[in-house]
Amino acid sequence: MDSFIVISLIKVAVVFAVLLTTLAYLQWVERKVIAHIQVRPGPYRVGPHGLLQPLADVVKLITKEDLRPPFVHKALYLAAPFMAMTLALMSICVIPFGPAIHLGGVPTWMQLTDLNIGVLFVLAVSSMGVYGVAFAGWASNNKYALLGGLRSSAQMISYELPMSIAIAAPLLLSNTLSLRTLVDTQAGGIWHWNVLRGPFPQIVSFVIFLIAAFAETNRVPFDLPEAENELVAGFHTEYSSMKFASFFMAEYANMITVSSMAVLLFLGGWMAPWPARYGSSVVPVLVFACAGAIALYHGIRPARRRDRYSLPVTGVVFLTVAAVFLLPMVQNWLLPLFWFGAKVGSILFTFMWVRGTLPRFRYDQLMGFAWKWLFPAAMLNLLVTGFLVAWVS
Amino acid sequence: MDVILFLVFALFAVACAINVVVQRHPITSAISLIGVMASLAVLYLLLGAEFIAAAQVIVYAGAIMVLFVFVIMLLNAGAELRSGRSLMAQALGVPLLAALLGIVAFFVQRLFPRETTTHFGGFTGGGAKEVGRALFTTYLLPFEATSILILIAIVGAIVLAHKELD
Repeated sequence: MDSFIVISLIKVAVVFAVLLTTLAYLQWVERKVIAHIQVRPGPYRVGPHGLLQPLADVVKLITKEDLRPPFVHKALYLAAPFMAMTLALMSICVIPFGPAIHLGGVPTWMQLTDLNIGVLFVLAVSSMGVYGVAFAGWASNNKYALLGGLRSSAQMISYELPMSIAIAAPLLLSNTLSLRTLVDTQAGGIWHWNVLRGPFPQIVSFVIFLIAAFAETNRVPFDLPEAENELVAGFHTEYSSMKFASFFMAEYANMITVSSMAVLLFLGGWMAPWPARYGSSVVPVLVFACAGAIALYHGIRPARRRDRYSLPVTGVVFLTVAAVFLLPMVQNWLLPLFWFGAKVGSILFTFMWVRGTLPRFRYDQLMGFAWKWLFPAAMLNLLVTGFLVAWVS
Repeated sequence: MDVILFLVFALFAVACAINVVVQRHPITSAISLIGVMASLAVLYLLLGAEFIAAAQVIVYAGAIMVLFVFVIMLLNAGAELRSGRSLMAQALGVPLLAALLGIVAFFVQRLFPRETTTHFGGFTGGGAKEVGRALFTTYLLPFEATSILILIAIVGAIVLAHKELD
């Protein structure tokens, strides 16, 4: 019992430290990705390649003056960013990152806790998440903020339906609500992942889930709650300093949760795309070794003066990571972590890619799309899946 | 542990429920109602009915209350004025409330004797599988009747909303 508490505390600390660091650096990655899509270098001044930019941003946000406009609803105005942040961070505790491991001789899972209704828990928390935004908009006593809050609640109610129905279809294939068991049923290679699995591959469902996820996290092309040309900054117009930052962090935390859910439901969680006996465990070594070799090559022939130092160091770091992946004692937890991270990373990259590519929807288009296209499509997909699953069994 | 949690969340639920009535501003009332729903979900969870707890949060706290809040925000409802209470309400309100609570408690005690009550975590019919099985076998007819009722309500809402457009 004591070891259980100690291990749980360690896991909570590790997961939240990693999550919060990822949140900070996700923003740097997003700025870089969008910058490169638009053919500009992006953050470059603070640290090599702007790598210290998140730290500078944190210092800036903390030390900024914390304004409170005079006519706000005080309690709700203060509670809203807190609610947004808490609810956004809460769902991470049921997300499994890997299989069972031994930590100091004690068996434990790479997951904070496994609920037998894990999927429903995430849905419940995300359905509560709208309150942070809605109350922020209402309590600010500002017409732009109110309109942003209203848009956000309408949008989240509408897109929650296709999202839940899209989630139900892979659950029919896996026949469980526990996220850990859900991943276990998808073991054995890419053909067993729910997105490609018989009797009915859930490709349509996956696409619907991703589209609804963009809307649920208020991301482009569904970022109408903060459309700056219409609503200044939307629901967080009146917020400054760390209160503004908590909305920002909540958005990125939601992005991570939703990407993890997509990976767990459709892409086989931490499972490798093909079994280890056909050499899937060599992939991370090859990836990191190639990255290290490329960095070293460019370090020897530097295009800019600073590359003479930064690139060789990066190369050596990558090669070390590649070597670590070869150690047999860390492989059983590092490999699942690699595949999980790679899949979540690809989906997060898609989020950024779409943001750099698509313009914003008009408001009536947004609602019409959810109710006239996405919802019937999700319904049809669920119906076909249900019939086929019943027919096969 | 279970008893402490039960007391905390039951008291919280009752306090929130009283607050729904006491508050003058509709949005604070709505927030109190969300508090009631959420603490009820915790009580279900304590009993061992996980699925019901999740459904409670998803449907009531997450969907219906969002609609309430949405409408309150859309109408921009302000704080309500407190009208003076009638003499009868002042005199009889508290005694009548106490009497009602007493009668309810008495009948609950009579109808459900001690032996038939469930203990914390002892309720086994609350998982997703059990609820689904019960809905589609034992309670199939009420379930289908309820779905048709809801469908009629949806159609009625659309007809009413459409009439306003012309």
